[in-house]
Amino acid sequence: MTKVSFTVNGRAQELELDTRTTLLDALREHLHLTGTKKGCDHGQCGACTVIVKGRRINSCLTLAVMHQCDSITTIEGLGVSGNLHPLQAAFIKHDGYQCGYCTPGQICSAVAVLGEIEAGVPSHVSGDLTTQPQATTTELRERMSGNICRCGAYSNIIDAITEVAGDRA
Amino acid sequence: MKSFTYERVCTPAEAVSSAARVQGSKFIAGGTNLLDLMKLEIEAPAHLIDVNGLGLDKIEATAEGGLRIGASVRNTDLAADQRVRRDYGLLARALLAGASGQLRNMATTAGNLLQRTRCPYFYDTNQACNKRNPGSGCAALEGFSRQHALLGVSESCIAAHPSDMAVAMMTLDAKVETVRTGGAVRSIPIAQFYKVPGDTPHIETVLEAGELITAVTLPKPVGGTHIYRKVRDRASYAFALVSVGAIVQRDGTGRLALGGIAPKPWRLEHAEAELPRGAKAVVDRLLADARPTPQNAFKLTLAKRTLGAVLAEARG
Repeated sequence: MTKVSFTVNGRAQELELDTRTTLLDALREHLHLTGTKKGCDHGQCGACTVIVKGRRINSCLTLAVMHQCDSITTIEGLGVSGNLHPLQAAFIKHDGYQCGYCTPGQICSAVAVLGEIEAGVPSHVSGDLTTQPQATTTELRERMSGNICRCGAYSNIIDAITEVAGDRA
Repeated sequence: MKSFTYERVCTPAEAVSSAARVQGSKFIAGGTNLLDLMKLEIEAPAHLIDVNGLGLDKIEATAEGGLRIGASVRNTDLAADQRVRRDYGLLARALLAGASGQLRNMATTAGNLLQRTRCPYFYDTNQACNKRNPGSGCAALEGFSRQHALLGVSESCIAAHPSDMAVAMMTLDAKVETVRTGGAVRSIPIAQFYKVPGDTPHIETVLEAGELITAVTLPKPVGGTHIYRKVRDRASYAFALVSVGAIVQRDGTGRLALGGIAPKPWRLEHAEAELPRGAKAVVDRLLADARPTPQNAFKLTLAKRTLGAVLAEARG
């Protein structure tokens, strides 16, 4: 067992964990933040996406003990019923899901994607590596490819993100 | 997952001395590949040494006019670095063609070089695999081998190297800087870094036990047109069937490396002399040595066409 302290959604947490505990299991099983979902548990589906130190990562592929002093944001930290994050509201408006299982990961990923575009991080489909990328459909589809939606709500997911990106621009 | 002890270290010297002290140690940085393999018990370290706190997360200019990329620089940060985007476009493109945004945010430069094959028989612990369990045989030889390698392969192993970044590093003549037990440092040209399987496919690089990668250095930029073309089953987030890394100069000379077709990123040094004569001459020279299976023979045609497309793009 190893002690680890980090901040989740603004709240300091101190846990004593088996070293094998992934960040995903620490969030779900120890802190009972079950918004973050376990899909494949191998980094292939993106359902477990959370934001750590401002960056989206697969919480299933990282050990909780590696996150000493880190600041972690999960879907619960983005917005709550009655006070939704703009992307949560846009997913509802555009019907960006069917079963909803991948949705927390999709939304955490989308929040970070808009940040990455703003920060000028290029992508595989960016035509020119030296110019500022834009939140086009092509860019969003490429950048969201690490989040799988078994129900196939992709086009509505892109509509939701596009609307929020447009509001920001 | 097998249980293990965990330790954070602060310097490369501490990391290598800890690795020498504790039997069954492994370094962990991004963890995107190692942790996945640990869940399947393909890797079962007794002790994990977390090397994220060593300060190896910087990209610095070298006195020779190149770049020194710290071992733990994340794939996202390397691809987004302005100097990389301007002078080593091939590297930025290769990084961005790999994995997903989430994985690139975790995956490190050194970890990317050391990632293991995605051969399904390596991953399936019920199957024979000389890489996972030396001497057990190779289930891929008579199995589903569409994704597998056809150059540099042996009777023991036909697994392909999965990295996009390493194809760019091979084309760019990168060097891998390491520190060994006792503190000795060395700089390994990437052309000498990887081993072909032979009859020891479990030995993939020249690194010694407990040797830590501290940086990857790039020589001075060579100019030219930089292209990384990746052909895969999906438009995004899939490993390469065939990829081509190319730097082509105005006079038609240049450098080429292929991904997806060999157990290591495959530099085409001998074929490069044929480059001004076009893709066919290059490919004929290269693929004379190929040992395809019936299922992956299509990669010969695919490599030829992809090279042709890359050279046409380079000519503009």
